[in-house]
Amino acid sequence: MSADVAPKPQAPARRSRRLTFVEGVLWVIRIGAILLITIGLIGSITKFIGGGGPSAEAWRDLIVAGFAQGSMYGLIALGYSMVYGVLGFINFAHGEVFMSGAMVGFFAANSLNQAGVWDSNPLLSLFIVLLVAMATSTLVAILVERVAYRRLRNSPRLIMLITSIGVSFFLQYAFAGLFGVNLRTYPALPPILSGRLDILGLSIQTRQALVIVVALVSMIALYQLVNRTKTGRALRAVAEDKEIAALMGINVDRTIVLTFAVGGAMAGIAGLLYAILFRGVFFFTGFLPGIKAFTAAVLGGIGNIPGAMFGGVLLGLFETLGPLVILDGLGIPGVSQLRDVVAFSALVLMLVFRPSGLLGERLGAEDRA
Amino acid sequence: MTAILEVRDLKKIFGGVAALDGVDLHVDEREIVSVIGPNGAGKTSLFNVISGLFPPDGGTISFKGEDIAGLQPNQITERGLARTFQNVKLFPNLTVLENVMVGQHCRNKSGAWDAILQTPRFKREEKEIEEKAKDILSFFGTRLSGYRHNQPAFALSYANRRRLEIARAMATEPDLLLLDEPTAGMNPRETTELTELIGRLRSDRGFTVALIEHDMKLVGDVSDRVVVLDHGVKLIEGDYKTVSTDDAVIEAYLGRPADRDQEASA
Amino acid sequence: MADTMTTQPTATADGPPEATVLAAAIEWRRTLGYGALGAATMAFIAMIGMYATFDNRLLIVPILSLGALVYFGVPLTMGYLAGAVKVVPGRPTRGHGPIDLAAGAIVGVLSSIGPLVVVALLSTDFNIRQTFPNMSPAQRELLLFGQSTGSGSLTLIGVTVVAAVLGAAFHLIHGKFRHAIVIGVETIVVLSLIELIMRNFLDNLGLTFLHRAVWVTNSGLRLIPAVLIFLLAAVLSYSLSGRGTQVKQKLTEQSQESRAKSAIAIAVGLVILVVAPMLVGSLVNELFVNVGLFLLMALGLNIVIGYAGMLHLGYVAFFAVGAYGTALLTSPLAPSFAFEMTWWVALPIVVVAATIAGLLIGAPVVGLRGDYLAIVTLGFGEIIRIGVLSDWWGPYFGGAQGVQQVPGVDFGFVEVRGVDPRAMFYVTAAFVIVAAYASWRLQHSRTGRSWAALREDETTAQVMGIDTAKAKLLAFVIGAIFASFAGSLFASKVGSVFPSSFDLLVSIIVLVVVIVGGMGHIPGVMVGAIVLIGVLGGPTQPGILQELGEYKLLIYGAILVYMMLEKPEGLVPSLARSRELHGEEAQQDAWFDKKGNLLEGGPPADGEAIRAGAVDGSPDDAKPTEEGER
Repeated sequence: MSADVAPKPQAPARRSRRLTFVEGVLWVIRIGAILLITIGLIGSITKFIGGGGPSAEAWRDLIVAGFAQGSMYGLIALGYSMVYGVLGFINFAHGEVFMSGAMVGFFAANSLNQAGVWDSNPLLSLFIVLLVAMATSTLVAILVERVAYRRLRNSPRLIMLITSIGVSFFLQYAFAGLFGVNLRTYPALPPILSGRLDILGLSIQTRQALVIVVALVSMIALYQLVNRTKTGRALRAVAEDKEIAALMGINVDRTIVLTFAVGGAMAGIAGLLYAILFRGVFFFTGFLPGIKAFTAAVLGGIGNIPGAMFGGVLLGLFETLGPLVILDGLGIPGVSQLRDVVAFSALVLMLVFRPSGLLGERLGAEDRA
Repeated sequence: MTAILEVRDLKKIFGGVAALDGVDLHVDEREIVSVIGPNGAGKTSLFNVISGLFPPDGGTISFKGEDIAGLQPNQITERGLARTFQNVKLFPNLTVLENVMVGQHCRNKSGAWDAILQTPRFKREEKEIEEKAKDILSFFGTRLSGYRHNQPAFALSYANRRRLEIARAMATEPDLLLLDEPTAGMNPRETTELTELIGRLRSDRGFTVALIEHDMKLVGDVSDRVVVLDHGVKLIEGDYKTVSTDDAVIEAYLGRPADRDQEASA
Repeated sequence: MADTMTTQPTATADGPPEATVLAAAIEWRRTLGYGALGAATMAFIAMIGMYATFDNRLLIVPILSLGALVYFGVPLTMGYLAGAVKVVPGRPTRGHGPIDLAAGAIVGVLSSIGPLVVVALLSTDFNIRQTFPNMSPAQRELLLFGQSTGSGSLTLIGVTVVAAVLGAAFHLIHGKFRHAIVIGVETIVVLSLIELIMRNFLDNLGLTFLHRAVWVTNSGLRLIPAVLIFLLAAVLSYSLSGRGTQVKQKLTEQSQESRAKSAIAIAVGLVILVVAPMLVGSLVNELFVNVGLFLLMALGLNIVIGYAGMLHLGYVAFFAVGAYGTALLTSPLAPSFAFEMTWWVALPIVVVAATIAGLLIGAPVVGLRGDYLAIVTLGFGEIIRIGVLSDWWGPYFGGAQGVQQVPGVDFGFVEVRGVDPRAMFYVTAAFVIVAAYASWRLQHSRTGRSWAALREDETTAQVMGIDTAKAKLLAFVIGAIFASFAGSLFASKVGSVFPSSFDLLVSIIVLVVVIVGGMGHIPGVMVGAIVLIGVLGGPTQPGILQELGEYKLLIYGAILVYMMLEKPEGLVPSLARSRELHGEEAQQDAWFDKKGNLLEGGPPADGEAIRAGAVDGSPDDAKPTEEGER
């Protein structure tokens, strides 16, 4: 028919594109956020130049504290990230997995303290508490997978998501029921760990250095496990496509359990690190670090293992420095109360600006789109 | 004849691989155009970009004289371009009738207040929507009528799901219908039935149709014009006879010339 | 392929093919598994001190407490579950037999290990309460039935085994008997729990003697009436069971069409709504108001999650907007500036504020994946709560002290406040009716259909011409408005607002209400609110079971998980959510003609139609990739 007749070249009419309401609001938020951050920064910097800011030592301490907290978030974030990569949903109960390790670790630490080992043999004690915390968190994570998530693997995501909220709620109040609602305070760190340490002329708190080192070592170990071993390969294959992985002879159930176990173990380590940093734990301890760790996972790009650590440290710094550097400059009173607001705002802004994270998502075939 | 859809130099790159590498395509009013090509030639990508699921990385898409590249899928549907999917995408828990009623969404106006206050406009519109949905379903004979109206879509057979998807696309009152492999998974009898149906889409209902298809008999029976894609570029276009005897097409599509007889008899 | 063709038509026409029944045998894995689960559950319940707390609530005076019910209930359930047989069509199935009782006994013995360990822990000198503060010595007493360690332990084992065997024995009795017993037990539990309501009710009707005869004040049923009620309920249920199902079937068949029936149901409901509060005291009316407020919120969340399929975890923020908006506009003690408006003048402003809040919280999240939406909304809720508490916004919202002296709902001739829960209930009920009516109308409209499409498959909905962002925002806004009604009424009822009333817990509990009732179904949400808020209570509001106290939230969590695993469609599911497959389709269409004869050409070669056409009648196969493809 008209196959060979060249269609008349015509310039397409300029389309009339109106900005939708949602886009409009997003732009207002984007511009507003940038404006607020800029004004805050300028305000703070002028104040600092005027000599009104914290001392150099205070800055150093804040930054190191940010790093320490951030690396702890990073460890928890790994659990979110890995489970998201494999099953494609946010395991809201992961914060409680972390809390369980910190909570049961307390009882180990307390008995060691009563037996006098805590002071006489601090590193050994910490190691024992670490093992207890890891074992608890791993066990809780595996149990949760077995009891709740396994049966729902083919259900709509909404169902899994709601289940994980239920599990999170249940675990919180189960721990409240078992161990009471009071804050449990870990015994004070022995002197060699509560002092300061000189590294390259930088004086930092020993406990914070310990936290950063432990987190970094765990991180590297996990990275090696995922990228260098057969198990890790199975894990990545399952994350990419469960059915094909199963066809290739990979035991999908076992691999998913392993994902939860590894995520749980990392959360357990984070539980001890939390105790080293803050000492006090109770049944609700998992909630805020849980959400912040999820934020960290999103910041770094969900499913991305180095991304989780990167996101964690970034969030830690943002959280410790943000109130002082940005909010204070805006003339907001009582900025130290707003740390959590800063963290949540980071989550909101991240998802508004770049939901795929700073280092990019690594999701399976089914989860992309 | 005026072109209703005109695609020029369309490019789409997925992760460094060009799924569409400068495709030109035009569809005239009341024409039936088939897009064929081997697997991975970029046919579905072409439909996905045209219907707005992915923004193009280059080139223009002009629909009824307006550039629609980069619009949201719902805006494109509103402008009169509807599609079906290769792997049927219905609303499985809605009934057959509801699926078609949802299709009319962008052609109606009544909002939340109308529904809560039961305004006359709302009542009139609801009645029209239902009647129109039934009318569209009657296009498929008894297949989707009567008691089927109130069955959930997931209870339908595969062939009926495909029909329902076409019905739902028809409900958006499109000027151009894009059908992505309408006969995939159908048996020969159902394919024959659908061939006739596609002809009737134009003759009875006045739709312009562009379709992706692997069944060469259907392509030969219904198409005014056939466009062959391979590796994201247009190989050739023309009527079925010209295309099916073109050596380049045969090589791209069938591999070796010796395969031709088998394919034709299948 | 040949056998598929020959067997399937009979299978679909006559229901699932009879499974081959094997001789009864103990399934060891199952038995041991349930035994272990029983032990763990019983130990857990003992360790959190639940038996002791629940023992304070008597169901049948003086022999059965709620604690005892839980005590026997766990091994009973485990025994029952261990004996249950999973029927898979076409596969050989284990039959029931006396051997089930043996399995039950094993489960019982295993289960008893749990409480025995707790007893052992409590018997040592070790200060166990340092770790488990709820493991009181009273707990040990209870577990051992007040006897010495030796005989008590034996009694414990005996009781657990008997309970588990009874549970297993359930499988051996006829289905009709089983049903009758369950109904009898349920009736007793319900009647004993509603003692307070019945007391109020009967007192007001001048039937105090009836209450005295059947119930013990502030406790449960008396023994002899309880036995009589049990027998009556069981016998009634037994004699009606045959007819009951017929009637039920008829009802479900007709109710879909018959408007008259639903009109009668609504009329009866309205009459109860008007009359019931007059017959009960203020304590029960207070309960009714709480149910109403949570129902109002649940109706709003139902639009967001049930209709549009978005998991909104910051829903409490809208409730807070309503409460704080009303408080700030009406209270003479409002920080910074007191407008001192009346409630009705403030309401439209509050609704506008809620709309704006809905748009502002909605706009950034509507473009996000479902799970991101959940966590971001949760973040928003927390930002608002922390913000109100902080020194930054605190001065404008009263900080931790909140806003005091919020006036009631002013009708000119009367000002309705929390001190008069009956009047408060009528006001709340009016708002609930408006919200329910609006929800119902919206569901069956163009808007409702666009939400349904969105819930089912967002991308496809958009390709079908639905402006998904707009539809989602609309759901957010309507949800926000309903919640702001609830917040506004809440502020007037309590007379003050505090940030602590707007905890994340509220969002979660409203979510549980929606889910337990049945997402996307108004009667379901109503039942959910009545049962959960009425019996368990809200985060700070007590329900009938005031004794639950600290275990309330634990139970909420458990219910949420249980519902998702076992009944995700809710207790009162909507038709759309519980649609069952009709097997005849595949016969008619794919390759059989209407009489079931094979057509020429045979089935499609790739087997796709066999799977997708639901020939085997399994719902899993017939629901392809609802979410999986995203």
